[in-house]
Amino acid sequence: MRSANTYMPYPMRIDAIIDEAPGVRTFTLKFMNNADAEEFSFKAGQFGEYSLFGEGEATFCIASSPTRQGYIECTFRQAGRVTSALARQEVGSVLGFRGPYGNIFPLEEWYGRNILFVAGGIALPPLRSVIWNVLDLRDRFKDVTVLYGARSVADLVYKHELKEWGTRSDMRLVTTVDPGGETAEWQGKVGFVPTVLETLAPGPENTVALVCGPPVMIKYTFPVLEQLGFTADQIYTTLENRMKCGVGKCGRCNVGPVYVCKDGPVFSYRELQSLPAEY
Amino acid sequence: MFILELSALQALIAALQARGYTVVAPTVRDGAITFDAISSMDELPRGWTDVQNPSHYSIARRSDDAYFGFNVGPHSWKKFLFPSRLRLFAATKAGKGFEIDASADGAPVHYAFLGVRSCELQAIALQDRVFRSGAYADTHYSRLRDNTLIVAVNCVHVGGTCFCASMNTGPHAETGYDLALTEVIADGVHHFVVETGSPKGEELLGDVPHQPAVDAEIAQVRSLWDTAAQQSGRTLDTRNLPQILNDNYEHPQWDDVAKRCLACANCTMVCPTCFCSTVEDSTDLSGEHAERWRRWDTCFTSDFTKVAGGNIRMSTRTRYRQWVTHKLCNWVEQFGKFGCVGCGRCITWCPAGIDITVEAAAIRGTSMTPTLG
Repeated sequence: MRSANTYMPYPMRIDAIIDEAPGVRTFTLKFMNNADAEEFSFKAGQFGEYSLFGEGEATFCIASSPTRQGYIECTFRQAGRVTSALARQEVGSVLGFRGPYGNIFPLEEWYGRNILFVAGGIALPPLRSVIWNVLDLRDRFKDVTVLYGARSVADLVYKHELKEWGTRSDMRLVTTVDPGGETAEWQGKVGFVPTVLETLAPGPENTVALVCGPPVMIKYTFPVLEQLGFTADQIYTTLENRMKCGVGKCGRCNVGPVYVCKDGPVFSYRELQSLPAEY
Repeated sequence: MFILELSALQALIAALQARGYTVVAPTVRDGAITFDAISSMDELPRGWTDVQNPSHYSIARRSDDAYFGFNVGPHSWKKFLFPSRLRLFAATKAGKGFEIDASADGAPVHYAFLGVRSCELQAIALQDRVFRSGAYADTHYSRLRDNTLIVAVNCVHVGGTCFCASMNTGPHAETGYDLALTEVIADGVHHFVVETGSPKGEELLGDVPHQPAVDAEIAQVRSLWDTAAQQSGRTLDTRNLPQILNDNYEHPQWDDVAKRCLACANCTMVCPTCFCSTVEDSTDLSGEHAERWRRWDTCFTSDFTKVAGGNIRMSTRTRYRQWVTHKLCNWVEQFGKFGCVGCGRCITWCPAGIDITVEAAAIRGTSMTPTLG
């Protein structure tokens, strides 16, 4: 444990800001103190508590890859008090960060396997950490496929990276927007993520599927994967229940026997099936 | 076992104070028996008892001068170890950043709890597991808990709403105390029988006038314990209860209780094991100075599980179910024991008189999935 006070944040400076989509921003954050930077490490799937004094804390995943050291990135949508205050910050502003918290995607167990990413809307950030992690260790994995959809072209996040992923020969990127969300220039698919997944029909052999998206997308995507032959052990997601402490003490993210913050946020579909449907 | 004469109670309080303890004990305030700092045995609720039923609490005069002739009131000891409001730290704006002042916590208070019942010892032990287990021990809790001395008092009669025998948490204090008292009033005798539970308790007793209990006195106190254990109060049948609740998430009883439950959160506030909290900031008007506070929270509010995209518990039905299934089902998997110690506070202080033992029995009696009884 780094501090005598669990709630004590690291001060981090905003090094860069990217406007991703309407109301959605990415911050690149760097540690103010070298000692903090040196002791900090995390793995894909983990999250943190980001704060502004006087406003409070908000929970987001770490959206950058652990293979990229010296900084972290977070992507958030302006929604409540804290995220609205965060959205008003500029490069050079200092935030509080505590973390990393939670469990991880068991990437090392997946060496030698195909990885299928299925993401919707603002839920790409937790998977983006894994995608870059996998791409940075590309020779340890077999086929890499990313299916990403949003309501409209404007709502797609990481547009600059989608371009890069689309041109790479060592992965396959399929993007889609909901019907009506396309523009005249749009060259991706038009259709809901589960529908596009059905036509894409990835094989389940030696494959792990990571699914993150709004509840309605998740609800219709799991059955498609099962129809394609994926077992519940081959499907993973992250839960985004309301959290406060991040370390299993405040009780808020309790669902059935688990605390999402410390027993998750990464769960296999098999694990989800044994929980009450409160996520 | 030893005998303490009545006057030795004051010597005990003085000995605790001499060791730097703030002595906290039951005392009558606002028509209830609550916990507060005391300096004299005269501040104890001598001659008072409490009357408890579902949604009813009152205090009444006893026919004797018992110092501990009542059961548990609206306060629990968690208000001292897990304060309802705790300042985590302060911060002052400095350029584009801030400077944190974490030093304002002050020296930790050394509490001596006088009058802790067996169920409450078990509740403290449960909160110890919650706050001190895992990778992130709660340092605020540990700092207070490590400096706390406990003088237990054994219940010699069952209260109006409690059910410790069902939960295997009482009425006799078995562990978790430094000293344990039993107040004996019978046959012209009025004294305390004291048991030691730790080296700290033994050392403390050295400064308090006492004498070894003789056989007749030991027999007398044992008979009081036995009588208390055999008194019939409320019961909660815990056999296979976690599985039964797990099988009955969609039981119509949850709809039924939702019609009565006001979602007022009284049950979670008086519960000695409930530990949910929130973290919130406050600032002065200039915005230059901010403080981060932790305060008690409750699973009965709509804000508790609200996220930008929705809320997983929109109804009183799901919130009451969460509270009960956490206590009587999931707590067992998380912390190895039921999260209920049978103190009965939630029954007494529920304005609608909802009784957790009745609700659990209703679900058991009409379980939707056949389970072994």
